[in-house]
Amino acid sequence: MNTIENIKERFQELSSSGEVGVLSSMSKKAVDSFNEMGVPSVKHEEWKYTRIGGFFNQEYSVVPGIEINDLSSTDIDLFRLPGHEKVSELVFVNGYYSGRLSHIRSASLTVLSLGDASKNEFAGIVSKYLGNSGKYLKDGIFALNTAFVQDGLFIHIKKGAIEPPVYIYNITDSRSSNILAQPRTLIYISEQAHVQLIETYTTIGSSESFTNQVTEIVVEKDALVEYYKIQNDAIHSSQVSATSFQQVGKSYVHAVTVSLNGGVVRNNLNISLAAERSEAHLYGLYFLKGDSHIDNHTVVDHIVPNCESNELYKGIVDDKGAAVFNGKIFVQPQAQKTNAFQSNKNILMSDTASVNTKPQLEIFADDVKCSHGCTVGQLDEEGLFYLQSRGINEKMARSLLVHAFAVNILEHIKPAPIRDYVDRLIDERLEFDKL
Amino acid sequence: MLTIRNLHAGIEGKKILNGINLDIKPGEVHAIMGPNGSGKSTLASVLAGRADFEVSEGSVTLSGKDLLALSPEDRAGEGLFLAFQYPIEIAGLTTTNFIKTAVNQVRKYRGETSLDAVQFLKLMKEKMALMGMDQSLLSRSLNEGFSGGEKKRNEIFQMAMLQPKLAILDETDSGLDIDAIRVVANGVNMLRNKDNAVLAITHYQRLLDYIVPDFVHVLYNGRIVKSGPKELALELEERGYDFIKNEVNEAQEA
Repeated sequence: MNTIENIKERFQELSSSGEVGVLSSMSKKAVDSFNEMGVPSVKHEEWKYTRIGGFFNQEYSVVPGIEINDLSSTDIDLFRLPGHEKVSELVFVNGYYSGRLSHIRSASLTVLSLGDASKNEFAGIVSKYLGNSGKYLKDGIFALNTAFVQDGLFIHIKKGAIEPPVYIYNITDSRSSNILAQPRTLIYISEQAHVQLIETYTTIGSSESFTNQVTEIVVEKDALVEYYKIQNDAIHSSQVSATSFQQVGKSYVHAVTVSLNGGVVRNNLNISLAAERSEAHLYGLYFLKGDSHIDNHTVVDHIVPNCESNELYKGIVDDKGAAVFNGKIFVQPQAQKTNAFQSNKNILMSDTASVNTKPQLEIFADDVKCSHGCTVGQLDEEGLFYLQSRGINEKMARSLLVHAFAVNILEHIKPAPIRDYVDRLIDERLEFDKL
Repeated sequence: MLTIRNLHAGIEGKKILNGINLDIKPGEVHAIMGPNGSGKSTLASVLAGRADFEVSEGSVTLSGKDLLALSPEDRAGEGLFLAFQYPIEIAGLTTTNFIKTAVNQVRKYRGETSLDAVQFLKLMKEKMALMGMDQSLLSRSLNEGFSGGEKKRNEIFQMAMLQPKLAILDETDSGLDIDAIRVVANGVNMLRNKDNAVLAITHYQRLLDYIVPDFVHVLYNGRIVKSGPKELALELEERGYDFIKNEVNEAQEA
């Protein structure tokens, strides 16, 4: 049975459950959408360079909507991030939140199932904000995640909370079969709350995994959120990871996406600037080797006046790596006095590496400051010769230059233990220890 | 120490050096002067091993080693240093990290142990003081946003850190005011000893007021057409390069 057949079987179970409510009606619509659109192919404009259809022709288990895993806390220890002792840790296994493996270390952080949240005091938030990212994600893969929205998680951060960081581990256990995991999360950051979210992806097992993730983050007035996505999973692990911020109050979003490994990785990062004087800063670093394919699609939507967005993505592509960058900025007619900047810079390290980069500005207001630019080049030969002329061997010189290129993204990773961790991953990749 | 024999070299099929011969002994300072386009910077590039240049004929040895067979980094290991005319800016690489890597790689090449953090810092502070360099430059990106004077000072600081046998100064005076030239030249002079040598490439005589050469060579059309004592530089300053060109042209006609 291929994955699509597995999915259809799960759809049957969903429709026979007889549940009613916000989530099940959202799910029903999503099932219809998926049946209509299917898995996006390269004919879909937003999927021109990234193929995921092949994964669905193979057999991936679509695990049922309960937490079934025999992982222990020591299994997780292998890939805990530095500084984890003092932070809240949320663990997802095969797309499902595992309360047993998670540690909530703050009173202002509430975690409960979307199902429960849709029936208690958070019902208003859920019905108002859940699924809004569909505005930017008009494809079957988003619908597929939404079809199982009942299994999702709701995270609430209390008003005025100055949170310790929250580490989110997405674990796929593919020891016994190929796994399709579909984490779904709605995160609500209340007024004046400050939080750092750090998310990683790890596959345990040698069978293939495919993660189809949707995260929606609502940011209220005077809230500040830093979001760090670190992708360094195995080559037999692929993912579509959609993260959407709705800045519904005057707020500050700072997002850094670091992609170092994986099979096919597609990131959708959407920012909706819906409250005046909000700011969004987006940084990305991708460093590809082997056959990795990493695609960053970003949308920054300036809906109201007086907001600022700033985006810098940098890529280093080696071996047969293929990188895609697509950055859209919308400035809606009423969004006067917008400042929006975007830049994408790439270095190709081999003859077989490729980059497809496309900035896209759609500006409907006239009193705005916007700029964009992209570059694709090679390591600077002059710089290389300069370092070599000082006795530094060629491989080391290349590594130093690549590291130097990445620095102005790395410095935007504000939590020092995480920055050091990513820096170490990059140093390992550059093999400084062997030089 | 440095022996150049019948060196022919060019770039992209264009011949620039047409048979250079030069001998530099330990403790000596040689100056190479010449009009624009005579091949001065090409000579510096070829000696340092810049990949774009092709050597078609001749040989270069440094203390008996065949320099042309070595990579740029190995030439540095053997004790060659080129102070760049236009030092490269590298955003994201701190001066400290750069120089520490360079010093330890060169030490490794020379079979010496790496310096630990304390030894390195001590050496670095000493050499910075020598060049009157501001400590704040160390944590900044290499040459990025440095003034012309700071860049050239940084070159000589690197030379001080790497302790080469032969230092080639490629138009080190270009773009510097007289005070900056004096600082840079003082740095070079303090590093001189009986075992090392300097090859100063310059268009103007003024650098040679501070770094006094034992020999002056005039390069024209890729060849050394005249050599003499330091007074030759003064003569060139006074009479310009035209008299050299005329001499060469007359000799060719004759």
